[in-house]
Amino acid sequence: MENITCACGHSNPYGTKLCEKCGRPLTEEEKQNKVVDMRYDGTAIRSKTYNKSIVDKIWNFFSSVKVGISLIIITLVAASIGTILPQELYVNAPDVSKPAYYEKVYGWFGKVYNQLGLSDLYSTWWFQILVGMLAISIIVASLDRGIPLYKSLKNQRVKRHESFMKRQRIVAEGHVTASPEETLDKVEKKMTEMKYNVRRDGSALLAEKGRFSRYGPYINHVGLIVFLGGVMLRLVPGFYVDESIWVREGEMRAVSGMDGYFIENRKFILETHDNKPQGEQVRQGVNVVAKNFQSDITLYKQPKDAIPGDIDNLEKVRDYSIRVNHPLKEAGFALYQMNYRLNELKQMNFNLVNKATEESLGTIEIDLTNPKKAYNLGNGASVQLLVYTPDFNGFENGAPQTKSSLPVNPAFIFKMTTPETPDGETSFVAIKQTMEPFGETKYKMKFAGSETLNVSNFTIRKDRTIPILFVGGVIFMIGVAIGSYWNHRRLWLQVEPDGGVVMAAHVNKNMFSMKKDLDAVTAFAGLPHYIDQLEKLEEGEESTDGGIKEKEGDNTL
Amino acid sequence: MEKKKKRLVTRTIILVILALAIGYTVYGTATKEKVELVAVGSEAPDFTLVDLNGEKHKLSDYRGQGVFLNFWGTWCKPCEKEMPAMDRQYKAFKDQGVQTLAVNIAQTDFEVQSFVDNYDLSFPVVIDKTKDVMTAYNVGNLPATVMIDPYGKVAKIITGEMTEANIASYMELVKPE
Repeated sequence: MENITCACGHSNPYGTKLCEKCGRPLTEEEKQNKVVDMRYDGTAIRSKTYNKSIVDKIWNFFSSVKVGISLIIITLVAASIGTILPQELYVNAPDVSKPAYYEKVYGWFGKVYNQLGLSDLYSTWWFQILVGMLAISIIVASLDRGIPLYKSLKNQRVKRHESFMKRQRIVAEGHVTASPEETLDKVEKKMTEMKYNVRRDGSALLAEKGRFSRYGPYINHVGLIVFLGGVMLRLVPGFYVDESIWVREGEMRAVSGMDGYFIENRKFILETHDNKPQGEQVRQGVNVVAKNFQSDITLYKQPKDAIPGDIDNLEKVRDYSIRVNHPLKEAGFALYQMNYRLNELKQMNFNLVNKATEESLGTIEIDLTNPKKAYNLGNGASVQLLVYTPDFNGFENGAPQTKSSLPVNPAFIFKMTTPETPDGETSFVAIKQTMEPFGETKYKMKFAGSETLNVSNFTIRKDRTIPILFVGGVIFMIGVAIGSYWNHRRLWLQVEPDGGVVMAAHVNKNMFSMKKDLDAVTAFAGLPHYIDQLEKLEEGEESTDGGIKEKEGDNTL
Repeated sequence: MEKKKKRLVTRTIILVILALAIGYTVYGTATKEKVELVAVGSEAPDFTLVDLNGEKHKLSDYRGQGVFLNFWGTWCKPCEKEMPAMDRQYKAFKDQGVQTLAVNIAQTDFEVQSFVDNYDLSFPVVIDKTKDVMTAYNVGNLPATVMIDPYGKVAKIITGEMTEANIASYMELVKPE
């Protein structure tokens, strides 16, 4: 790939459209054009310079705007497919029965949707690779265009060749009556007044304003990349924690994800508004409206070098009432009130009753969080607890079985000893069920009430990526603002000693304002009238139309 | 040429870094939801728990011996099934320097004691009341067994039920030389 040497003698890299030094069009295409393409200021996009090794080929693939736009469209389509049905994360069913849930609720479509993995689309490898490729595309394309553009704008010459100036959208040619020096001085004065940077080189003048707006898109790409990087960091251990625990009232539990911390749930409070249902509440059939979900907790911490399970020397950190939207914040973590379960059995009371006389020998209170082996009732009566199953679900080999550790359906085998039955009688007691496996008994355990407790569900969150996401978002918005609300205006002027004038102007957007500036300087310095070559072209083409459309500029990057 | 070489190197570095970042993201997401216990080869997190007799058991006190660390609950059928086999293998290996420690997940003393009495288990059974150790080992499903070698490193992780032959072979694995 060879360099292109311009008529002015400057050597430009392959792919350059307009000479870096004087602005002469270098390609046949540009020479044909009446108005040059000022995108990237005519510099060579780096990827187009050569195409040799495999690395260059990959690079050029990602540098392509076509590829970038295709990736954006594919990603958008894929992401929107994920919104057709709720994602797995938001489906209220246990993990194992989620496939069945999709089929049950959404029919064959749900089944296929789930089988294709679309129900967990955003975690699939292909979606992440897609987003990753988009990121590569953004980075590579920005480097390829941004760097040459920056260099070109930084090194631009004041003096440009006539063929460059005459191919700008705004062109003026003519003569001035005043002396060339005076004209240039006047233009400089006016343009400086209008906050342009003015540079002069002999008979040539360049006035420029808002160059930084050309970098808006690149700044906004940096913001996007920072944002994506922040999202990626969530996977790095220590940056992001999202755990969930259930804690009963009165229970102390290690806080998952928060090593060395323990939480004790002292009390869960659910308050409701005691108003009479009215309006929308009645229409939607809502009886009570919750006012407050609150868990009164105490947070403890292990001493520094303690190991898991060592709860002998816990230090109290503090008491707190975790309410919805009022998480407990500690050491970069936040504990949120997430869910609750009311009325889990805590204690069951039984009377030891003589079946015949209905006479009670006393009451035993079984704390289900810590049942005792034996309960003495005095006067020679006692009850032994032989078996306790918190979640009874039938017998196996004659022994009662439990299907979980939660006291959902407690069952007991008691041995009742009374003065009348000194050898003891055995009775199996479950909710709404009694059995006497070793023959009929004289006594029975009669249910005499229960106490319940509530269970709180906390979510433990830590997200160190938020500041990064925030910074990324801010950079992105700054880029958008710079690119949208500012524009790069340039005016080239050449006044020959004989009074011959060539003027050209370029703006990347907002031609209207540029023209206002031009009108001001033209009037002030007595320059010839300019023409808008695009308008002229349109006029020529649409002569029947009559009207002239105001164009919004060519949106040059 | 020098310039081209430099450009090639820069491009390669940028592309490799970006490819690695994507690879890490995909890998990280794929393994995030999986119930993974501690990593094999890494040091087993030390812990201390109290057994039914009120005695403390600290993992690091068993340094120099292999440890068969079993997480279980009374409601877990496969746990229950493997207990008698574990007890027999415990008796066979304890004099060869392999300890057995069964960690119950936050059940009541009564339930655990009844269970132990029922199966006449002779190895120490500790209760993880606060689920701290369970969290530290990232135990998801029961039963879960972690084999710890005499140097305190995790030698093997077994999730799910084991046969008696399995148990014997795992104990053999962490037997001190």
